Amino acid sequence: MLLKNTYNEFIKILSKPRSYLGIGALTLLVGIIIFAMKADGKSIISFVTSTFEQSLTFNGDVLNGNLIAFIILQMLIVHIPLLVALVTGDLISGEAAMGTIRMLATKPISRTNIVLSKFIAGAMYTLFLTIWLGFLALFVSRQIFGTGDLIVLNSDGLVILQDADILWRYGLGFCVAFLALLTVSTLSITLSAFAENSIGPIVSTMAIIILFTIIGSLDVTVFDNIKPYLFTTHMASWRSFFEDPVPFSSIIQSIVILVVHNVVLVAIAIYKFNKKDITS
Amino acid sequence: MEGETIIKVEHLAKRFGTFEAVKDVSFSVSRGDVFGFLGPNGAGKSTTIRCLLSLITPDAGSIELFGKSFKNNRTAILSNIGSIIEKPDFYKYLSAQKNLEIFARVSGADVSKKEIQEMLEFVGLGDRGKHKLGGFSHGMKQRLGIAQTLLHKPDLIILDEPTTGLDPQGIVEIRNLILRLKNEQNKTILLSSHQLSEIELIANRMVIINQGRSIVEGSVTELLNTQELLVRIEVDNARATAELLQKAYPEAIFKINSESELEVTFVKELVPELARLLVSNNINVHAIEPTRKLEDYFMKIIQA
Repeated sequence: MLLKNTYNEFIKILSKPRSYLGIGALTLLVGIIIFAMKADGKSIISFVTSTFEQSLTFNGDVLNGNLIAFIILQMLIVHIPLLVALVTGDLISGEAAMGTIRMLATKPISRTNIVLSKFIAGAMYTLFLTIWLGFLALFVSRQIFGTGDLIVLNSDGLVILQDADILWRYGLGFCVAFLALLTVSTLSITLSAFAENSIGPIVSTMAIIILFTIIGSLDVTVFDNIKPYLFTTHMASWRSFFEDPVPFSSIIQSIVILVVHNVVLVAIAIYKFNKKDITS
Repeated sequence: MEGETIIKVEHLAKRFGTFEAVKDVSFSVSRGDVFGFLGPNGAGKSTTIRCLLSLITPDAGSIELFGKSFKNNRTAILSNIGSIIEKPDFYKYLSAQKNLEIFARVSGADVSKKEIQEMLEFVGLGDRGKHKLGGFSHGMKQRLGIAQTLLHKPDLIILDEPTTGLDPQGIVEIRNLILRLKNEQNKTILLSSHQLSEIELIANRMVIINQGRSIVEGSVTELLNTQELLVRIEVDNARATAELLQKAYPEAIFKINSESELEVTFVKELVPELARLLVSNNINVHAIEPTRKLEDYFMKIIQA
């Protein structure tokens, strides 16, 4: 029954126009970034590298597909949660608003299975968005700008990664980015279990992300103890794969925290939905 | 198995915050019944029905469906129930056929596309299967809702206010559909409705609830037959007719509405005798119309 209802959830997601809004917006944003970099990328890059030119000499084309992919990821990873929440925040509460949750809950399927199938479908949509972002950012950029060594500007300085040493970093980086986006998806579905309208969970998810991001960026001692446990602190962990050497221990710590967030949020949603009186 | 108890509700109670939606509701429905579930707005009908379908957890009392309680048997019980609560809500962005496919997949039975098409034809939507729900009228959605309840061939069908918001033609269509379910498929049907005349036409048993309590339960025929009717009589001379009837039935209550129309409160069994009396006294009778119906009975019960 779980598989059958998950299939149902896929059909619903695929049939809703808003599902394509996220994909369309992502395509447009990546397109704009690629166009801008194609048109004016060299001057932007020379502006950044000029500060290092007294001590370093850059040979070859710094502006390549690998760098563009990194820039795209860096810029969009903040906005993609909204595109994810736009679809996943609607999965339970949208049905409550429409009244179909009432129809569904009178069928011989457990409420736990109803919630789990929505989480699975939400996760698959998030995965598709991540893969689509990866395809646009990496494949398309490398086709247009070619390949080359990747120069990443960190707080410690410049990290130069060989072309042959990059793809695996992107592969694992996208996996961690997916886990971070999955946490957003899970959060919005959990909030959706508490709401009776579509907008509430979407807005609440974004409000929580903004709030946690602000707390994470404030250099205030009182927040130091909670910062490591906020999922937003670990949303940029994919960048760690572009350090040399890669800090695997901190990445694993981030993965554990994100996984724990997902498990706890799913448990809360299942508990809430099972206890909920469906009065809509 | 005729006579088997399909629904047994005892002392059901449900509170939302400080509001007691259901205080003490008890009734039972036997296999093959078309059971009317009556009550004014806010009486607790929908809350009771939601409890019957495990949408709401009751605070007190017990519910047994097919001899089982929901604890540990929820899925088995629901696989044998088809229902519409208040109004059927569907996915507007999907076609009628896709909507039925969605609900069929979670109904616990293997329902083929051919069976879905047959069901659409049964409810008169055979040529609308590919159409999206956005363009459906309320009546069409109600019919699709009934198709949805029948997909997995349940023994029990629960319909909460199925004719609300329908035009007269829609009401007749739904009524005929319910009668077909009863007559052709021998379904047990629990029918809640504000259209009290519908219950009188369709149901064989009923319960009336008011302010969260069940007031009376029994056979529709018996409950109505024990009641006095308000008979409207159209004659040439209402006053003379009233005098004649007053002598024949001194305990009857008369009301003269006009020169040619009077009303008399009367026991239903005596109506044929009344007609004979008028004719044998050479009174020109234009109409004898028993007007006391379930509505009147219902009002009397809830006002009491």
